[in-house]
Amino acid sequence: MTFVIEAKKLSKHYPSQRENYLALDSVDLEVAPGQLYGLVGPDGAGKTTLLRILSTVMEPTSGSAQLAGFDVMKQSEDVRALLGYMPQAFSLYPDLSVMENLKFFADINGVPAREQKKRIDELLAFARLTEFTTRRSENLSGGMRKKLALACALIHEPKILLLDEPTTGVDPVSRRELWHLLAKVIQQGVTVLVSTPYMDEAERCSTVSVINQGRMLITGAPIELEKQMPFQIVEVKARPRYTLRAVADQTDGVLSWRAVGDRLRLSVDNPNAVMPRIDDELKKAGAQISILREARILMEDVFIYLVEKQKEQA
Amino acid sequence: MGQGFRRMATIVRKEWLHIIRDPRTLALVIVMPVLMLILLGYAVANDVEDLPLAVADLSRTDASRTLLEKFSASGFYLVTHVAQSEDEILAMLDAGTVKAGIYIPEDFGRNISTGGVGTIQFYIDGSNPTVAQTAQLAAETVSQATSQQILIQRLERSGAGLTISLPIDTHILYLYNPDMRRMNFMIPGLVAVILQVQTLLLTAFAIVREREQGTFEQLIVTPVRSWELILGKILPFVLVAFLNVAMTVGAGAFLFGVKVAGSIALLAGLSLVFLLSSLGLGVLISTISRTQMQAMYMASFIMIPSFILAGLLFPRENMPWLAYYSGYLLPVTYFLEVVRGIILKGADFFVLWNWIWPMAVFSIVVFFASVMMFHKRL
Repeated sequence: MTFVIEAKKLSKHYPSQRENYLALDSVDLEVAPGQLYGLVGPDGAGKTTLLRILSTVMEPTSGSAQLAGFDVMKQSEDVRALLGYMPQAFSLYPDLSVMENLKFFADINGVPAREQKKRIDELLAFARLTEFTTRRSENLSGGMRKKLALACALIHEPKILLLDEPTTGVDPVSRRELWHLLAKVIQQGVTVLVSTPYMDEAERCSTVSVINQGRMLITGAPIELEKQMPFQIVEVKARPRYTLRAVADQTDGVLSWRAVGDRLRLSVDNPNAVMPRIDDELKKAGAQISILREARILMEDVFIYLVEKQKEQA
Repeated sequence: MGQGFRRMATIVRKEWLHIIRDPRTLALVIVMPVLMLILLGYAVANDVEDLPLAVADLSRTDASRTLLEKFSASGFYLVTHVAQSEDEILAMLDAGTVKAGIYIPEDFGRNISTGGVGTIQFYIDGSNPTVAQTAQLAAETVSQATSQQILIQRLERSGAGLTISLPIDTHILYLYNPDMRRMNFMIPGLVAVILQVQTLLLTAFAIVREREQGTFEQLIVTPVRSWELILGKILPFVLVAFLNVAMTVGAGAFLFGVKVAGSIALLAGLSLVFLLSSLGLGVLISTISRTQMQAMYMASFIMIPSFILAGLLFPRENMPWLAYYSGYLLPVTYFLEVVRGIILKGADFFVLWNWIWPMAVFSIVVFFASVMMFHKRL
């Protein structure tokens, strides 16, 4: 299979960084055509660096990358012609109106004049910004800015779309809206690579890579990743909470646990063996159990497990 | 090429939108040169005339009165205070009520009439060296002229029917700036300042602002080439600079009567050549700065030495050799000669050729080198 985005051993060292510290540490990436590919990792993991290199904005220290077969360093102008890129920070002209921004990016990307009106109208409807065409972009809300930036990135009908944290700093409703928009973009056959610090968003992607401290930790479909984990999850809610915590700490077979809301999520090797033990211990300690059940592994569990493992190895 | 031209035109259109969306900055950009001209013309006019002078004439003779009349008649001094002693004059100088004082001792008239030497004491407030130098020169000239007159009178009286005249009579004729008016010196300089400062700052800011706002990152991924981007960014400012120069030259002619003696087309053409160096430096600054603040300081770092070394405010002829020759490393030095040549002397292209070619070479090299250094990357 040929990949639309292909990176080999990409490394990036910033001059301001310590000698042996890398923002990206020989990262490999393969994105198949038509995928919605998620790049998940905490702040400072190297997501932005990777996306900037892929979008020809920045040069890697070593390694190579191709988009649709064009080299990001040697054939950057060819890459740019078929690329839509939305940086993490708001990067449209604040003093220009919604329409002027769209028109500018249409012109600069060489969208023929006779197609512009149709294309702009489509995108305005798509991003639900039709009523705001005369508003200066500095006066748009956070969610509207992101949608406008997405519309500008799509104006020349790119084959590949790179999005750097499109949902950061956006309210939950706008976040959902943005993901719906991305789903529509995918339907038109565009390959999308999106980065996000939110683990729950990763589940919406067809393939996910988890990145931390400049290294790719794991890659696969979210369901596959969840299956690969050497643990399962048990969810418990019981009172008093300190008793629950003490039991979680002491019970054999509990690998680790974390609090989520009013309950604990226990990583266990074998739920069928551990659950009766927990039940037993809690009752012995006089705690009131309201929930004790097996739960699905979430991307968040995967991520925490991988990061802990990386820490132990270091 | 057609595509490239379209992209450049798109950038120009966008820059215009930025300019007209920020009317306050636009107003400042347009008003600043005229304001500078008016300030230089009216507020800083330190031509020395009618300096307040305190007089203590203890001699009260014909000779002393003649001398004082000469001082008044020179136009440099205006007798505003009459004192009775040296101390009184010193007190007035301390208080700043007068800028100079003459003390004529009691024996002044007697000494002169008996063929001796009459001594006077002249005081000058030296706190402003420009004023003090002129005042000193004027005082010396007036005293010498009066001495010569007395000498001639003495000789004529002694020799029978002898007519005496001074052996050397120097006629001085100022060419190009007959009234020695400061504005004639300043206005050509101001044209150079505007082309250098406004263009350099505006260009540097226009590019650095994109970096600061983060819009540069978005521009990088568009197909626009570095050349198209830079030309598109600077063209509106070339227009603004020309508007500024036209206003300055116009205001100079109407407010201060400094007419352009030479060809206006030549002035415009050579301004355009010089403009390349300012634009180039602006691009260079924008390449090495990350914020508008950095760009501002970087620009001052280039501009201040260039004003001093190019002879904009002070004549280069009096500078120590290192400073004098450093001036030749700045395109503005050559341009200043060119502008003064055209505006004051009406010089043509061939007369100015020795200044034009180094300026052109410098400007083109600076411009192309700066643009080459500009990279469409973060």
